[in-house]
Amino acid sequence: MEYFLQQLINGLTLGAIYGLIALGYTMVYSILGMINFAHGTIYMMGAFISLIAYLAATTIGGASVVVALFVALFATMGFTGLWGWTMERVAYRPLRAAPRLAPLISAIGVSIILQNFVAQAQGARVKPLPPVIRGGFSLMEGDGFAISLSWMQIIVVLTTLALMAGFTWMITSTSLGRAQRACEQDMKMAALLGIDVDRVISTTFVIGASLAGVAGLMVTLYYGVIDFYIGFLAGIKAFTAAVLGGIGSLPGAMLGGLLIGLIEALWSAYFSIEYKDVATFGILVMVLVFRPTGLLGRPDVEKI
Amino acid sequence: MLRVEGLCSGYGRIQALHGVDIHVAKGEIVTLVGANGAGKTTLLMTICGNPRASAGKVLLDGEDITRLPTHLIMRKGLAHSPEGRRVFPRMTVLENLQMGAALGDPRHFDQDLERTLALFPRLKERLNQRGGTLSGGEQQMLAIARALMSRPQVLLLDEPSLGLAPLVVRHIFEIIAAINRDHGVTIFLVEQNAFHALKLAHRGYVMVNGKVALSGTGAELLANPEIRAHYLDGGVS
Ligand SMILES: Nc1ncnc2c1ncn2[C@@H]1O[C@H](COP(=O)(O)OP(=O)(O)O)[C@@H](O)[C@H]1O
Ligand SMILES: [Mg+2]
Repeated sequence: MEYFLQQLINGLTLGAIYGLIALGYTMVYSILGMINFAHGTIYMMGAFISLIAYLAATTIGGASVVVALFVALFATMGFTGLWGWTMERVAYRPLRAAPRLAPLISAIGVSIILQNFVAQAQGARVKPLPPVIRGGFSLMEGDGFAISLSWMQIIVVLTTLALMAGFTWMITSTSLGRAQRACEQDMKMAALLGIDVDRVISTTFVIGASLAGVAGLMVTLYYGVIDFYIGFLAGIKAFTAAVLGGIGSLPGAMLGGLLIGLIEALWSAYFSIEYKDVATFGILVMVLVFRPTGLLGRPDVEKI
Repeated sequence: MLRVEGLCSGYGRIQALHGVDIHVAKGEIVTLVGANGAGKTTLLMTICGNPRASAGKVLLDGEDITRLPTHLIMRKGLAHSPEGRRVFPRMTVLENLQMGAALGDPRHFDQDLERTLALFPRLKERLNQRGGTLSGGEQQMLAIARALMSRPQVLLLDEPSLGLAPLVVRHIFEIIAAINRDHGVTIFLVEQNAFHALKLAHRGYVMVNGKVALSGTGAELLANPEIRAHYLDGGVS
């Protein structure tokens, strides 16, 4: 039981991070109908930028840990957001009228370029960051077991919850969110109402990318090691989360992320860690067989 | 108010408009009738910048808006209730109306909403219902109401009667007349339902194969034997 609870906590933490990345996939998909395969790479960039910003703030700037963390947060969101914007302008917008395969190939190209750039600029070896936030609680102790909940886990889950809540509010209740949904449902009509569709699409990329950036920051702090390749698998997992939850559905992306995190943690704990990815994708396939639109996805019949 | 001069446009290599000249004066209801495929929708959409005009001009209050992108054209006091209504299906009626007011001053919203809902009491009862679940007539009302929310000077209406029961059509035409009369909105109405449209309009144009074939006051066109033969008695009405 204690062991189970411990894995639940670990799984939720991991799932929160996947969920944040998954939001970016699902947002771009719902507005452009394309999978932004370079999204995982943005998450990787976020991890590197946060590492650099944190180290620069503490060692060069002499900032305290809390200040340095905020510097890292804003630097990461800023840079990844800017990168998301640039990527859309350079690699996707010119191809918007092209056949669907073209932006996909463009995305893969962008992602290879970025990975290689980071590998060149930062070196291909694993980058460590000494633990920044230590300590935590022991929730239950006894019989040689202790369930621990680290501060870091609390921060990851709370940050994710706050971002998701803010994001949900933005989509449901602000004029920007409404414009985004309008573009998603009928872009031509949105333009006829005076909406600058290009700007809405740019904003979507910026928001999705900065959320992935935050995920990168949290992974850096949580695991303490990153390399230029982390974007690949995390990207695929988050994409899986988005599909599992129902691609195009925002609550679906969050739910999918949590489920993938939980499946991974519990499977590693009870079965075999080597097969955790097999389990994740196996469950994805099963869900898609029985619910092709994902858990919270809507059937396509309603689409116009 | 709205003036179209020698307008040509089309889709790729297919040309759909071959030099169209039309003008709509302030305060008028002008209608454009014509058979299916004549180019009526293409004309309205070209006025809004999508597809782009390949030749000719669109002037709004004397200002050349031909080359502006769609979203900027729509900020010049033009509103469009397009063919097929294009209500946002997964947004509520209220959200659809908020989208219509997206450009306006948010301080006007409550007042504009009240004014618009007074014209369409049916929508008032359905503010929280999703657009996609409305009936055809209600969707048409929503499309017009949404267009009104931007306080337009010129309202473009593309076949508001399409697919609606005669009683509903009459109701919608009464509302169009009221929008023009009571709210002073200039209206350019595209219709296949020539009889109703010409009765309502001050003036009308008849479009055949991407060109204006005839024009005149509503009464003149209604009395024209050629029109009667093509569009009224035996034709689509
Ligand atoms: N999206 C499109 N692509 C290619 N051709 C089109 C498109 N829309 C309309 N057309 C063609 O343009 C011509 C005019 O169509 P349209 O403007 O829709 O006529 P109307 O509204 O008078 O029925 C028709 O020949 C039609 O086939
Ligand atoms: Mg038409």
